[in-house]
Amino acid sequence: MSEATHEVHRHPAPTGFIRKYIFSIDHKVIGIQYIMLALAAVIVGMLMSLLMRINLSWPGTKISILGTLFPGGAPGGLMNPEFYLSLVTMHGTIMVFFVLTTAPQGGFGNYFLPIQIGAEDMAFPVLNMLSFWVTFVGFIVILSAIFLSGSDATVGPIGGWTGYAPLSALGAIAGPGQGMGMNLWIISIAIFCVGSLLGALNFITTLLNMRTRGMSLMRMPLTCWAWFTTAVLALLSFPVLLGGGILLLLDRTAGTSFFIPGGLYVSGVLSGSNPNFPLHTGGSPILWQHLFWFFGHPEVYIAILPGMGATSHILATFARKPVFGYRAMVFAIFAIGLLGFFVWGHHMFISGMSPYSAIAFSVLTLSIGVPSAVKTFNWIGTLWGARIRFTTPMLFAIGFVSLFVAGGITGLILGQSSLDLAMHDTYIVPAHFHLVMGVASIFGMFAATYFWFPKMFGRFMNERLGQIHFWITFVGVYSIFVPMHVMGLVGMPRRYSSFAEYEFLKELHPLVVFVSVAAIITITTQLLFYFNVFWSMFKGKKAGENPWEATTLEWNTTSPPPHDNFAGVLPTVYRGPYEFAVPGAPKDFLMQADSTAEVTSGNGHNGHKH
Amino acid sequence: MGRVLAVIIWLLTLLSVAIFFNKKWWLPPAISDHAPALDRQFMLTIIIVGIAFAAAQIGLGWMVWKYRDSGRADDRGLYTHGSNRLEVIWTVITAVVFISLGVMGQRVWASLRLNDAPAGSYSVEVVAQQFQWNFHYPGKDNVFGRTDPSLIDDSAVNFIGLDESDPNAKDDASVTSLVIPVNRPIELKLRSKDVIHSFWVPPLRFKQDLVPGMEIKVHFTVNKVGKYELACAELCGQNHFKMKSYMLVLPEDQLTALSALPQEQFQAKLQELLNNTPLAPSY
Amino acid sequence: MATMVTSTKTVTKTGKGGGSKFPGPNGNGKRNGHEFFDPDSRSHRYRIGMWVALASIAMMFTALSSAYIVRAASANDWYPLTMPRILFASTAIIVLSSGSFEVAKRNLKASRVSGYSRWLLITGLLGIAFLGSQLIAWRHLRAQGIYLATNPHSSFFYLLSAAHALHLFGGLIALLYLLVRARKLLLDGAVDNRRKAAADAVGIYWHFMDVLWIYLFLLLFFWR
Repeated sequence: MSEATHEVHRHPAPTGFIRKYIFSIDHKVIGIQYIMLALAAVIVGMLMSLLMRINLSWPGTKISILGTLFPGGAPGGLMNPEFYLSLVTMHGTIMVFFVLTTAPQGGFGNYFLPIQIGAEDMAFPVLNMLSFWVTFVGFIVILSAIFLSGSDATVGPIGGWTGYAPLSALGAIAGPGQGMGMNLWIISIAIFCVGSLLGALNFITTLLNMRTRGMSLMRMPLTCWAWFTTAVLALLSFPVLLGGGILLLLDRTAGTSFFIPGGLYVSGVLSGSNPNFPLHTGGSPILWQHLFWFFGHPEVYIAILPGMGATSHILATFARKPVFGYRAMVFAIFAIGLLGFFVWGHHMFISGMSPYSAIAFSVLTLSIGVPSAVKTFNWIGTLWGARIRFTTPMLFAIGFVSLFVAGGITGLILGQSSLDLAMHDTYIVPAHFHLVMGVASIFGMFAATYFWFPKMFGRFMNERLGQIHFWITFVGVYSIFVPMHVMGLVGMPRRYSSFAEYEFLKELHPLVVFVSVAAIITITTQLLFYFNVFWSMFKGKKAGENPWEATTLEWNTTSPPPHDNFAGVLPTVYRGPYEFAVPGAPKDFLMQADSTAEVTSGNGHNGHKH
Repeated sequence: MGRVLAVIIWLLTLLSVAIFFNKKWWLPPAISDHAPALDRQFMLTIIIVGIAFAAAQIGLGWMVWKYRDSGRADDRGLYTHGSNRLEVIWTVITAVVFISLGVMGQRVWASLRLNDAPAGSYSVEVVAQQFQWNFHYPGKDNVFGRTDPSLIDDSAVNFIGLDESDPNAKDDASVTSLVIPVNRPIELKLRSKDVIHSFWVPPLRFKQDLVPGMEIKVHFTVNKVGKYELACAELCGQNHFKMKSYMLVLPEDQLTALSALPQEQFQAKLQELLNNTPLAPSY
Repeated sequence: MATMVTSTKTVTKTGKGGGSKFPGPNGNGKRNGHEFFDPDSRSHRYRIGMWVALASIAMMFTALSSAYIVRAASANDWYPLTMPRILFASTAIIVLSSGSFEVAKRNLKASRVSGYSRWLLITGLLGIAFLGSQLIAWRHLRAQGIYLATNPHSSFFYLLSAAHALHLFGGLIALLYLLVRARKLLLDGAVDNRRKAAADAVGIYWHFMDVLWIYLFLLLFFWR
């Protein structure tokens, strides 16, 4: 029997601080860099949401540090409406791009895709390094908007993360938050698009080209399938955003009329009547929406798919059972990815687009619920007959399933054009997307962090702190976002800096305060997580090669892995990724690369159906 | 641990369902002809959603409650990679339920958006701007006077660019509130001067964006008199939150009398009616 | 529920695993004796990467094209430009450059390194000539008073031709890289698969730029 490994030419590890930690081409370092970027971005995003909640719940509150930092936008510490709206915009942009599109894919994907397929590194390591640093520059640019928008009395542009034209295209004449901040916003997003595309290129090529011997496509962990599909989505959707962003920037700076129609009268000035407002004709505001949402809808699947992959992976590991319906799970990932390109119009039912296309988009949207439901059934099926080990990563993975159902199911309401007549732009929309993106997706990231931390750093995160973090966050996020659904039913509109103007909103105030209190508690609890991450890097309990008794290739190497992942000896794969509880096997798990396993009874390897 | 988790999941499920079904915070009482059908579709949807939600959470909790690791080396999980039959069954059932819901969810939409306003509708032109609503009434002659953006002059209170030289414009009125008759189809011609706004009256169960460069025609019928708050539902700038107006629904005869008034008196009388009508209850 | 399966079948697992329907690209254990770290696989990598990159570039131009088509239909201010005649020359130049690159590649495959170098240079010069012809076209339009914001069609013309030119410039950099490596090759070194793969990848890109130009040319001036 031959040894199931292959000697390869070893590349020497880099030396020197800069090459090791700053401009590294090692996918593991780059992955951690992405995760650190996301950890920084999410603090900014959470602080912004905290400020928003305070403004909504306790209007009139003066926050003196705000008054010091932003005297224009929060004079005396009391934020004005444009300041609030710029918080809305920047919160959304930073969270969606710099948290949800970095950590799940660029972070964990970069770190673990090559290892899980048995490769030494990504296909194009230099491009990988570039993709991170380009993304980082994008982050600096968006942060600069916070401080360079001072004359507008905002912390960046006003427009929501969706930046609808013509508000976003007209420039400063359309009001505060439409000046420099908007330009920086567009530029930052354009830079981010480039960084993302470089990353997507790497993921796809690596997965297609560099799988080790025995790692067929249907033996890949579901995390790899998720990262692959996410990369394809990114590859095909980000260029559209880039195109739209260029058109928007041209409208703003070069006097073109892609999105700006003729005959406008803005802030007392008629289009073409004075140099502040050059003549525009014939542009289509809806065109921006089409371009944006053609990107925007796949983007939300980019945000959730890696979390789905991680959940499947972690559920199987701690249920000590194979994933239920592996093949169906792969097809569901494809279906979600593919259908995701055909439903963007459900953001635009009442935009003025053709009502016939609204019907088509609506029916397609409801059908995308089917693969998501299939995945949920399979997750529950994975737990059926299991032997669950309730570690912190497992808690978060189970939490993911609960929260994904809670958030996803309201898509059935919002996806129907008739119901959208009442629900569009009310709080039921942020209730829906926060539960799926802002919570379920983040739970996927938490689960991934607790799970893979021992592999990345050779030490466990503190289990007790992790459990406390889970319980409070789990109850907390339900408390924050479930009430928002009924707020939306009553009719609370989105993006309002104050609800004091309308009688029909007054009855909601107790709920508004409740949500804010829950948010404050939940956000504060995340400090535990930060502490846990950084403290455990140095002081956590030491972990070995395979502390969770898992099966996939990353657990076949040291913790942390050496520079070339497998110390020059690439593994060979003998079986599927989730061979737990194989009857007759000596232990309740069989590693993918374990060639010496003897099974004395039963059948079973390779993902065959039973 | 598993038991605690199951209980917490079930508790959260119970509370979530309760916050909906106690109906303390709910859709406002409806005032339009299409609303009953919409509300029925909504109830059907929310019931299916509720059942699916509860079932999934109960199932999840059940698994977590029951299947704990005993720690014994010989106690292993069930070795199965799934069941093709189950996959087909639950995929088909889900697809049938979801797609049926989807198809049913087009009916109200189709009835409102795929056809023009019926003949004899009461027409109003709506021109939105940062940050007020302008409603243009054709007056007694029922013909809208010509408007042109080049004639707009906010400082001279000609918000909609009405061409005073047009004879049809003599009896037109442009005011910041919407007044319409009850039980008669209303046609709104929606335009915007600057950025995208959105017309929305919650009890109406109807919303539509106003897009610069487009004239979008919509129609609905209101079946209850009263005064209702009108809000902008698309971010349009810093004062989006107070781009407020009212929709006043009057009996037909009262509206006819109002419309017959000359321009100058129309606005004053409308304001008087608005002041004297209490807001309809929102719950 | 958990059961210990105690069937009578005995399966011993040793050696290589069996029977997956989807063999990996590096052989599913079927290539006995081959060095696993296969230099060939790296060449595939460049080609795959290039096709993937082209998919994203194509998507961006697709987005801009759909904006073009929507804009053409949406308003009554669509006045298509008369085509600057020099663009016929642009088209001819870029088609020729694709041809010259193919000749270069053929030289490389036959290990005629000096021929490879020469034809790479010719391709590069043709590329520069193409960019020059674009500049002339823009000058020509400016002389008529047609700028970026003059009308929607001119906006798209400038935008699409500039975007294409930018990507072509990237291609020129890649050609330069190949040229520099080819010069080194003249001094020492063998024409290995990796080198051929790099040339292949750049070739795919270059031909794509050619096809993209023809498409844009037709879109801007023959689709009204």
